[in-house]
Amino acid sequence: MNRLLRKVREINLRYRKPQIEMTPGVRLSLLALRVYLLLLVSLIVYKFVILLA
Amino acid sequence: MNLFSRLYYGLRRVLKAIQLYLVIAGPGLVVMVADNDAGGITTYAATGAKYGYHLIWFLLILIPVAYYVQEMTVRLGAVTKRGHAEAIFEGFGAFWGWFSLIDLMLVDWLTLVTEFIGMTSALHIFGVPPWLTVAGVVALMGTIVLNGRYWTWEKISLLFCALNLIYIPGAFMVHPSLHDILRQGLVPNFPGGFNGDLFFFLMANIGTTIAPWMLFFQQSAVVDKGMLEKDIPWGKFDTLLGSTLTVAVAIFILVMTGTVLLGVDIDSASQAAEHLMKTDRYVGTFMAIGLFDAGLLGAICISLASSWAFGEIFGWAHSLNQNIKEAPWFYASYFFTLITAGAVVLIPGAPLVLITLFVQVIAVTLLPAALVFLILLLNDRKHMGDYCNGPIENVIGGLIVVSIVLLSTLYGVSVMFPGLFGSPA
Repeated sequence: MNRLLRKVREINLRYRKPQIEMTPGVRLSLLALRVYLLLLVSLIVYKFVILLA
Repeated sequence: MNLFSRLYYGLRRVLKAIQLYLVIAGPGLVVMVADNDAGGITTYAATGAKYGYHLIWFLLILIPVAYYVQEMTVRLGAVTKRGHAEAIFEGFGAFWGWFSLIDLMLVDWLTLVTEFIGMTSALHIFGVPPWLTVAGVVALMGTIVLNGRYWTWEKISLLFCALNLIYIPGAFMVHPSLHDILRQGLVPNFPGGFNGDLFFFLMANIGTTIAPWMLFFQQSAVVDKGMLEKDIPWGKFDTLLGSTLTVAVAIFILVMTGTVLLGVDIDSASQAAEHLMKTDRYVGTFMAIGLFDAGLLGAICISLASSWAFGEIFGWAHSLNQNIKEAPWFYASYFFTLITAGAVVLIPGAPLVLITLFVQVIAVTLLPAALVFLILLLNDRKHMGDYCNGPIENVIGGLIVVSIVLLSTLYGVSVMFPGLFGSPA
């Protein structure tokens, strides 16, 4: 487990900085993706809560 | 130069081109044919039974859609020599990387369960118990990968791809009317009007044509095969041939069920096979064999997609050209996903229907992200150089991505909330 956590930390460090050029278009796309996923995950959680209830 | 000399040199050129293609052929064909997995066969069989030949035109539209999305992974893999998971980590950082990797692992595992459901139900028709199917499939897939050569794995997979063509003679055996197919199928139309039911079926067909694991699989396969920039044109041709074949197979399934089972409610491909057996024993048998093969091909590709992705990120040896001693973690993750997914099907009372629906919902969270990353990575001139997307490719790719994201999202939402669009889910 310790080795795995160390490996994860190493991966996080290795990929800390995005290599792609952060143009306004890229930033906007990533922002839209975050909003989309947030909405979708909220819907899934909502559905899950309804199912449990 | 006389006529015979010209013919001779012409023939030699063609043979050389075929030889060259056979060396490069593989990733595009395998991924596209494997796209017709157990879930895909069920969707096409149900579409044919519900709408007959009327939606053939829609399937034909899916050829360029599948091609344009998948050919981008060929360029990305051949130029950067990195799999899709690694490309996302490097391009967008650890947050998006972990999101994609964990989501991929979940989607792949759940999809693998559905492949086992398809395979066990297909062989159940012939009296094979599920435990024997699961054990046989795990043993067969182990044998395929453990020989330590990508080439052997790929050629065996291509053999299973060829078996997927079994639906073509099956469609001819039910004696469909060519006139009806051309008249009803090739003219764009919405049978019964554009209602919730039809919308659900259109979305389901798109959902089965582009799956998130396909992007990860093809890019990793291109890298593992060692394709270079100069191989990109052949890689594109391979993808085009694969997307044409996959849609052709889907159309033949549609013709089979549209001819014999029109008006019958189909819940699964194995149910369609049982119905077809009542009409023609051989056609039903072909359907069942095709379903097993589809599940097997899907399982072969999906389990590899996850293992490649993990290997890329964790830095494990992750090539089919390495044996089990050289790449123990790669094979361990391969067998772990395979055995656990197979075991789920054997659990009495396991919520298999819920799992099947859940796959479609979870896939919707990964597909848009993977497609957006793909377009952005293909526009990264620093890494892609001359193979960067041009304006026309961006317009076509962008339109396709936006349409897929929109429709697959609506599909996922309609699966979660049946009745929202009047869907039958």
